[in-house]
Amino acid sequence: MNALEFLLSGTLAAALPLLLAALGEMVVEKTGLLNLGLEGMMAIGAAIAFICVYHTGAHELGFLAAAAISAALAMVFAFLVVVIHANEVAAGLAIGVLGLGLSALFGKSYESLTITGLPELGLPILSQIPVIGPTLLTQDIVVWCAILGVVAIWYVLNRTKLGLIITAVGENAHAARSIGYPVARIRFAAVAFGGAMCGLAGAYASTVYTPLWADGMIAGRGWIALALVVFGTWQTGRVAFGALLFGVLSLGELTAQAIGLAIPSQVLSSVPYIVTILILVVISAQQQRRQ
Amino acid sequence: MKIRMVRRDAASHLAMVGAPVLALVLTALCSLVLFAALGVDAGTALHALLLKPFLTWYSFSEVLLKMAPLLLIAQGIAIGFRANVFNIGAEGQFIIGAVCASAFPVYFPEGDFPVMLPAMILAGGLGGLAYAAIAAGLRTRFGASEILVTLMLSLIAIQILNYLLLGPWKDPRGFNFPQTVMFPANAQLPRLFEGVRPNISLFFALGASLLAYLLMERHFRGYQLRTAGLAPRAALYAGFSTSRMIWLSLCIGGLAAGIAGASEVAGPLAQLQRSVATGYGYAAIIVAYVGGLRPLGIIASSFLISVIYIGGDSATVSANLPIAAVEVFQGMLLVFYLMTFTLIRFRFEIEREAPA
Amino acid sequence: MSAPALLALSGVSKRYGSIQANKAIDLSVRAGSIHAILGENGAGKSTLMKLIYGVEHPDEGQITWNGKRVELARPSDAQALGIGMVFQHFSLFETLNVVQNVSLMVPGKPAELAARIVELGSRFGLAVDPNAMVHSLSVGERQRVEIIRCLLLNPKLLILDEPTSVLPPQSVRLLFETLRRLQADGTAILFISHKLEEIRELCDEATILRGGQVTGRVNPRDHDARALAQMMIGRDMPQLTVSDAGEPGEVRLKLQRLSQPRSTRFGTTLDGIDLTLRAGQIVGIAGISGNGQQELAALISGETRAAAPEMVQILGQPVGDKGPMDRRALGFSFVPEERLGRGAVPDMALSDNSLLTAHRQGMLRGGFIQRSIERSFTRQCIDDFDVRTPGPEAEAGALSGGNLQKFILGRELLLAPDLLLVSQPTWGVDIGAATAIRRRLVEMRDGGTAILIISEELEELFEICDLIHVLHEGHLSPALPRARTSAEEVGAYMIGAKA
Repeated sequence: MNALEFLLSGTLAAALPLLLAALGEMVVEKTGLLNLGLEGMMAIGAAIAFICVYHTGAHELGFLAAAAISAALAMVFAFLVVVIHANEVAAGLAIGVLGLGLSALFGKSYESLTITGLPELGLPILSQIPVIGPTLLTQDIVVWCAILGVVAIWYVLNRTKLGLIITAVGENAHAARSIGYPVARIRFAAVAFGGAMCGLAGAYASTVYTPLWADGMIAGRGWIALALVVFGTWQTGRVAFGALLFGVLSLGELTAQAIGLAIPSQVLSSVPYIVTILILVVISAQQQRRQ
Repeated sequence: MKIRMVRRDAASHLAMVGAPVLALVLTALCSLVLFAALGVDAGTALHALLLKPFLTWYSFSEVLLKMAPLLLIAQGIAIGFRANVFNIGAEGQFIIGAVCASAFPVYFPEGDFPVMLPAMILAGGLGGLAYAAIAAGLRTRFGASEILVTLMLSLIAIQILNYLLLGPWKDPRGFNFPQTVMFPANAQLPRLFEGVRPNISLFFALGASLLAYLLMERHFRGYQLRTAGLAPRAALYAGFSTSRMIWLSLCIGGLAAGIAGASEVAGPLAQLQRSVATGYGYAAIIVAYVGGLRPLGIIASSFLISVIYIGGDSATVSANLPIAAVEVFQGMLLVFYLMTFTLIRFRFEIEREAPA
Repeated sequence: MSAPALLALSGVSKRYGSIQANKAIDLSVRAGSIHAILGENGAGKSTLMKLIYGVEHPDEGQITWNGKRVELARPSDAQALGIGMVFQHFSLFETLNVVQNVSLMVPGKPAELAARIVELGSRFGLAVDPNAMVHSLSVGERQRVEIIRCLLLNPKLLILDEPTSVLPPQSVRLLFETLRRLQADGTAILFISHKLEEIRELCDEATILRGGQVTGRVNPRDHDARALAQMMIGRDMPQLTVSDAGEPGEVRLKLQRLSQPRSTRFGTTLDGIDLTLRAGQIVGIAGISGNGQQELAALISGETRAAAPEMVQILGQPVGDKGPMDRRALGFSFVPEERLGRGAVPDMALSDNSLLTAHRQGMLRGGFIQRSIERSFTRQCIDDFDVRTPGPEAEAGALSGGNLQKFILGRELLLAPDLLLVSQPTWGVDIGAATAIRRRLVEMRDGGTAILIISEELEELFEICDLIHVLHEGHLSPALPRARTSAEEVGAYMIGAKA
């Protein structure tokens, strides 16, 4: 397999955890909140999903459990911020720490155990196309579902009344309340959705992408997802594009080894973080100029 | 029946002291349930976690050892937090501080450098400061979020540490372990007491607490920082420079974390090794908030979190408690603190439905 | 009475913390009538409307609709009954267009809604482009959108909260015509205002509120303004006699070709503004908020830097590139229109709020705060300006709007400025306090201070200003001497009919 084929087949899967978490957070931010606890919500989702799949063998159950537990953790954040008006940054960090801690606690006895991932499915007919057929167009079921999910999120946000309501609440919560929308409930729902998406992202990371659980396995992806929302300027398509870009980057280390580049691995491991900073700078500078 | 929140006319001083205590009680109660669910003897675990650190001089001295970096870092970042500048990457500044300080003993392993310790502490402080200043520059120049930048810089700092320990700075006689040479005696901080490990960095931390108090509660500059945090538009109206607040906040935070990092390698570790990155920078965020972001409160909260660290160590042995429980305990403590903190500004009233 | 009233309140009370906003209110609105709620700022009018619209819930008392008791848990319950509400601070969304804003409240396909918006607009004199983005609309157009949005739900009762406070005089006429047409169509209107003449002109019935209680139920046409005022404030309207200004002194503020591109999508571009303000003079800037008032104030205060130093000159010095502290050091002082969060820090004690701009009054020694001087300054401000508060330790956030305004104004006046900028000096302030504030400003002028006032209240400007400018869409009109202009002329500038 050459480097190009490797990238074509692996990028979508590598991007998936970032994509799901970032889209969830995007919806949260569209309602006017900022939840910094992504890393923790992804971690607890990853741990719970792994445990679930290890005992039952059913990936569906793992994803479901992960979504539920991360949404529950997100509700703690929503309660702190929406109901009792606690500091948003502190509340996000708090559930982040809590999620990371709980994931380590629950996952402790599952480290170094293994489960099987999911088989890859080629698209009918299309997967016969040379080069991209067996690579890009042959992915596991979650990838295909996620692509549908991206389209669905885009549609809801841009083409439905629900999307309009979310935009309205985010722009002017006071006005939304005074014309009769239950702003608190809408925000609760958005935060729960964001949490569930993080749970799914974590579940994919621990049960499909690399089917094993290790403490610290999220490795900053929650924070990169946060940056992706800024990068995507709160637009579904751009966030998805950003996630793909980082999917490529995170494969960079393996690719570089594959094509025999002699760069210290620590430099390659730092690349996604450095690129995140650079992108933040460019996007923020653009927004500053536009104002 | 409905419960509603009513804003108090002025912050309640009783609640200010009571909130963290109540949070601690709630956290302990929740932990009991959680530990029981994990099959750990909850009574033994809590006993180990909260009481054992006080039962022997050695374990209490270990509490003081932990407290020094936590207190120092927390005082630094709390100043920024009050100005709404969220330096959550103190971990990275701590690591860079440790790395910069280590350069001296690594290149002068025989200790043949005249002012070894002062140079190390200074280099560590300036290293941490410079590392945080990157975020300040990017925030003031381009508007890039310091939350994300400091965090990313932390992740990069770990890679820098790994690179040095696996490459140029690896102890040639260290059996290929990722660590530097042991530091010479003149590169180690004097200890406070015979036979136990706390060193004079505890005084750095207490001194920093005093300075933080003078700055934040007594000085006009601290007032400007507080105003920027409580009402950014009022700060703008009064003419307090926003970018100066950002620079000041991040530089103070980086300086404190850098000195803490230097003290860690010049203190208990006596070499640079991977375990320098144990999460003090993240724990300090919890210390800062649970201390109400106030210098005096942070002294108390840093002590409390240190007790939990040392207690957690002993609970892993005596109650078979996973070490991750300490992190969970900290997370819960912050969540409950944020809940009880509401009592400082609000009181709760029970609203009855109008009689039909 | 044969038929029950359309809307009736009996014994309705509402309390916020220690403040009794409404106390045992009885109110009865007949179908097809225009009913006024008259009361000054802080009398409890807005709270009452929120109770009727289901935004808030009464602690006691009951609300009946066509004789039947109703519970209004949320605005949608009120909408379902047929109650519509036009808010004083509109509940529109800037980033959405008119149809989208409407569709957030009214069911229907966008194309159909757009057609109905145009149709209703022509029927009631409320023309507006359904596809326009709200942030591009003028204040008057936004009000029309709010009204249309209510009308599309076929209300039987339409509530308008201080609808004329944001309109130039000419637009007030148009609004009244619209309301009369609606009345002819069978819609009852609840009209909230503190403007006596308007109510006498428009309304059939009036319920008067003072201190959260009903103090009168009258036909406003049967009473003169003085009698209504007595019911509203419990005494005669305080009169302010303003002596003519003496000969103005040296130039204290000069704006020279001051231009600034808008800083946000929703901002206003200022275009070549020229203004001269002299010692012992009060100059007013009239105009509806949102025409560049905030941008202009920030450029004068230094919160925004000008493109060139000479564009803003304070006491002869070019300061366009200087920050607020430097300008204050020259003798400049500023009372902003937002009190909480800009003029004062809500979570800080009043004494710490003194420090915000009065730190040069000896409150610092070597950068350290001198608490005793801070406190005595604050105490003096509280006493001199009749700020009702437990003391310097009270937090700014706990003060009522009027008291906080007195505190901020007092703080800025105690600095004995040579040049004072006051933005919306009496927004949300009761009539007694407003008169006291205006009297203070005139005293300052007579003491030689140069004062610039930015205000939406035309009456206020005509009362105390020597010269009046009008700001419209970022353009400043020439100076109009008060004695030689009229509300009609100023109004013409306000809507851009004159420039």
